[in-house]
This record gives sequence, structure tokens and C-alpha cells, in this order.
Amino acid sequence: MAMSAGAIENLIKTAIPDARVTVEDLAGDGDHYAATVVSEQFRGMSRLKQHQMIYAALQGRMGGELHALALQTSAPE
Amino acid sequence: MSQSLVAERIQADITGNPVMLYMKGTAMFPQCGFSARVVQILSHLNVPFKTANVLEDPELRDGIKAFSNWPTVPQLYVKGEFVGGCDIITEMYQTGELSTLLAEQGIPHSVAA
Repeated sequence: MAMSAGAIENLIKTAIPDARVTVEDLAGDGDHYAATVVSEQFRGMSRLKQHQMIYAALQGRMGGELHALALQTSAPE
Repeated sequence: MSQSLVAERIQADITGNPVMLYMKGTAMFPQCGFSARVVQILSHLNVPFKTANVLEDPELRDGIKAFSNWPTVPQLYVKGEFVGGCDIITEMYQTGELSTLLAEQGIPHSVAA
């Protein structure tokens, strides 16, 4: 089962409205993605919590429907 | 094995092993690129670590995700604390934070050149 880059981006933006999201399909198979998410909400939050927030936004699809998502998160410079 | 027994086993493993890595495959034969990368980082830092192969044990594979509330493997634990998955470990390695954490926890390692 695969997910589109647009679907991933929408889920993240729905949960974190101010996020700037870039999703890249690494293998072209709809299964291996890299996402960069920049949001003011991440400020002062540990990386662990930032990634947890993205996983929560993906509503359980991570590790199942979505096999691999490399994550890079940060607060705006 | 019930879920609480799996959690007990995980708790015993992460308490008994200062650096514990849950991964796909073994340190010698990783079966996933993300797991392989974390093994490579720990090996590069000469950190003594123990691994558990979730592919050999479906209960552990589900159990570790529930334990940490983290949906993917690999998962690295240092002194019983969940540190993160592949992306976090990679970033911490690159910024030197991983060395700092290991030093703070009194875990022997060599500083990356």
C-alpha cells in the first residue's frame, strides 16, 4: 500500500497549520519519503517530541501504510 | 506472551544494557537501511551495545512500538531512556549531541574524527 506525497503533506498541514512542509519521494515507489517540516510550534521542543508530533499527525499510518519516512524538523530560523 | 510480559522484557533489556538497540536484523547483518545506519554510527563511535532483532519476534516488533509510542524501528535506548529513531540519531551524531549524551551517561566511546 502506498501514499501520495500530497496526502502526507495534507495530513501534516491539517495538524500543524503553520508548518512549511516539503515531501520528497525518495525511491519513486510511493513508499519511501523524506519530509522536512518547519513550524514555530517546534520551538523549544526536543527532536523526539517534534517527530512524535508528525507521527501523531499521520494518524497511525507511519510504520503501516507508510513504510519509510525520513524526518527532518525544525523551528524557523 | 502478553503485552505486559513483552513490556517487562523490554524494561529488563534496557535496564540491563546501557546501550540497547532494537533493530531489523543483527549488527552483523542489518536488514533495513535505517537500522544499518544506526549500527554504523554506534560502531564508528566504538560504543558497546546490544541489539534485539524485531524481525525474529513479531511480539517484540509490536511491543517495542507500544512501549515507546514510536511507530518505527530502529529504536535506540541509552541508560533505559528512549533516545530516538534513525533520523534523530543521525542528526545527534552529526551535531555531536550523541557524543555528549554518551559522555554524560558515562558510556565509553571514542569521539568521532
